[in-house]
Amino acid sequence: MNVFKDAGHLFRLAAVFVAGLLIFLVIRGFLVPKSFGQFGHYRADAVTEIAARPIKFAGHESCEGCHADVLAKKKNGKHAGVNCEACHGPQAQHVDDPTSVKPDKLDTTVLCARCHEANAAKPRNFPQVDTEEHSTGLPCDTCHQPHSPVIVAGGAK
Amino acid sequence: MPGVDGFMYPNEIELQWSVLIVLYPFLTGLVAGAFILASLERVFQVEAVKPTYRLALLTALSFLLVAPLPLQLHLGHPERSYEMYLTPHRTSAMAMFGFVYLWYLMAVLVLEIWLDYRRQIVLLSQSSTGWKRATYSVMTLGSTNISERALAIDEKAGWLITVIGIPSAFLLHGYVGFIFGSIKANPWWSTPLMPVVFIFSAMVSGIALVVLLYMLISWARRQVIDMRCVDTVARYLFYIFMIDFSLEMLDLIHRIYEADESFRSLDFMVHSKLYLSHIVVQIALGTIAPIALLGLTQVAKLSDIARKRIYATTGCLTLMGIFAMRWNVVIGGQLFSKSFLGYTTYKMGLVAREGLLMAILLTILPFAILWVLVKVLPPWPEASSGSIPDAEPAR
Amino acid sequence: MNITRRHLLLLLPAASVAWKYVLAGTPEAAPNYKLSEHWWGMLIDLPKCIGCGNCVRACQAENDVPDGYFRTWVERYHVSDYDIENPQVDSPEGGKKGFPPAKDGKGKNFFVPKMCNHCAESPCTQVCPVGATFVSQDGVVLVDPKYCLGCRYCVQACPYGCRFINPRTNTAEKCTLCYHRITKGLTTACCENCPTGARQLADLRNPADPIHEFLKTHSVHVLKPSMATRAKVYYNELDGSVR
Repeated sequence: MNVFKDAGHLFRLAAVFVAGLLIFLVIRGFLVPKSFGQFGHYRADAVTEIAARPIKFAGHESCEGCHADVLAKKKNGKHAGVNCEACHGPQAQHVDDPTSVKPDKLDTTVLCARCHEANAAKPRNFPQVDTEEHSTGLPCDTCHQPHSPVIVAGGAK
Repeated sequence: MPGVDGFMYPNEIELQWSVLIVLYPFLTGLVAGAFILASLERVFQVEAVKPTYRLALLTALSFLLVAPLPLQLHLGHPERSYEMYLTPHRTSAMAMFGFVYLWYLMAVLVLEIWLDYRRQIVLLSQSSTGWKRATYSVMTLGSTNISERALAIDEKAGWLITVIGIPSAFLLHGYVGFIFGSIKANPWWSTPLMPVVFIFSAMVSGIALVVLLYMLISWARRQVIDMRCVDTVARYLFYIFMIDFSLEMLDLIHRIYEADESFRSLDFMVHSKLYLSHIVVQIALGTIAPIALLGLTQVAKLSDIARKRIYATTGCLTLMGIFAMRWNVVIGGQLFSKSFLGYTTYKMGLVAREGLLMAILLTILPFAILWVLVKVLPPWPEASSGSIPDAEPAR
Repeated sequence: MNITRRHLLLLLPAASVAWKYVLAGTPEAAPNYKLSEHWWGMLIDLPKCIGCGNCVRACQAENDVPDGYFRTWVERYHVSDYDIENPQVDSPEGGKKGFPPAKDGKGKNFFVPKMCNHCAESPCTQVCPVGATFVSQDGVVLVDPKYCLGCRYCVQACPYGCRFINPRTNTAEKCTLCYHRITKGLTTACCENCPTGARQLADLRNPADPIHEFLKTHSVHVLKPSMATRAKVYYNELDGSVR
């Protein structure tokens, strides 16, 4: 047929395109991750992978399991709502291996000022001081017991 | 904080998209523009621009081949870029663009070039030797039919491809505009006008480039410049420039009038950080000056030499201006804080992966490719590298 | 204190943590954690924030956040009189080391912690070209670092500036709502370490969660409501000047 003879090159071209498409589909079958699309347009395994990341802060419940004495002192004081690691830093490793991994000693001069240094942007009724005037460079735990910081009449710790 | 005026969200201080992302819409814009010029002849029968037809197609191809490179260089994981074809996210303009690009490259541009050049390819596959012969033979796809009937079919098919190609070219660059225009988080980008402005500025830059190249190559080959051709092209450039300018003015006036919450921050940015690139380069030198010069050629009777000089100057100013426009959109959109309370600075590296040197290399590369294409698929048969038996002009 | 009880107390927390680790190999993070039973959000009680920066430090420690980038940060606002459209804002190193004393006591001053809002209609998810960022079935917006291309489109699309590209992995990163913690019954690192309870994790699908009562009885806002992202981080007493 004349048409087919003279349009032969176009049919060849179409064949090239179709071949390309088929090769693409085959490659796609191999390359798309298996869990992709299970829950949505993403790799479902990613959710598991993210959930399995290591934990650094153990959470206050873990601390309270062993350190019930500190909890007793803390729970009626002003720092009742301040969790242990808020001052002591991440301690999941310590919880996993309490005898070999010990928390660092804290420097109250630096630590306490983070919350209690006076700043106009802090809520008015939040306890804050100008540390230079208040303690003239002395570490805060000279007078205050950090787990129950309010100094009762008659002296501190 | 060095380089920051006022307040920026901490993660906003460093720019995300570099000069390479400025280059990318510039390159795809040239592609779309060059193609539209080519289609003027093919579909709209504007015979006068015929001498630029094949050159425009080859230019479009050179730039389209280079266009993905700035994107690859910018990605954090270029080796994963194939994922966009494997698992494209249908709500993402960027993902869909991967297919628009592929469509335009394979189903429009390569196809149209092949159909237009097929007779020449077949003849060259028969007349040349060695690896050149092999190359041309592959390009024929094994068919050597260049009978009248076959060529007539090619003509019809080519016409159809061009008709599909025009909206495809609009889609190609309009999509790039939409990639920016659909980001509601960024008020400098978020406007329905963005794709339209991108398309018209693309057309302006593409036409300017082809005119410049045509004049340059003709001068290099010591050929007489077809004045009727360049006059017609310049006229179209003028018309499209007017539309482009009107669209940009519309956007500007609308912003100034409505003065929404972003306006003050953006206004200050344009007058300070973007003063040089926006007011001076894009608007004054890149839009008003070319329009004035082209307007002059339309109303006054000027000599050939004068018109040639004006077209060359206009071409250069236009390209500079449209590059500045891309800069102002991409970089400008990242210089201000989304809190509208501050600005940052773009620290462009020099010899970095996304630095100035790379941008310059990527701008030169398409011309190198064009040089090769012109050798392999000569737009002017009488200057071809192989010997073509008959002197009949290919089209 | 006798030895037997101490050993038991030692083992119990360690065992509970280990048990949950062992189980983190299934699509549901733990057998008693069902994704469909949770819809996570957060409550930020602004009057309680003291700008100590503990949350920023805790987040960095928990999630290995690279220096100079922030999964969460604290901003300090100074609003003079009625000009709420021009607040003065600063966030030195994201508030990681606290804030220097405010010089000017006049006008209104307060702190605003910011983070990923885990939007139910998240614009960052919408623009991701490959599906590397997504909203999980329990309402947390996550990034798959093995699939992300680092194209930065999501960073551009986030109205809140909470995303960044991690220079070590070259992939997009942001707050994960400590997904690895909340799926094991712990709270997020920032909430755990906030000394005043200004930040509280909220499970909107849990009828017993205190958030429901709180939302009913307080003036609660989200950031940039005009963006219609259905953000799930709720701010108590958010001032009109907050950007």
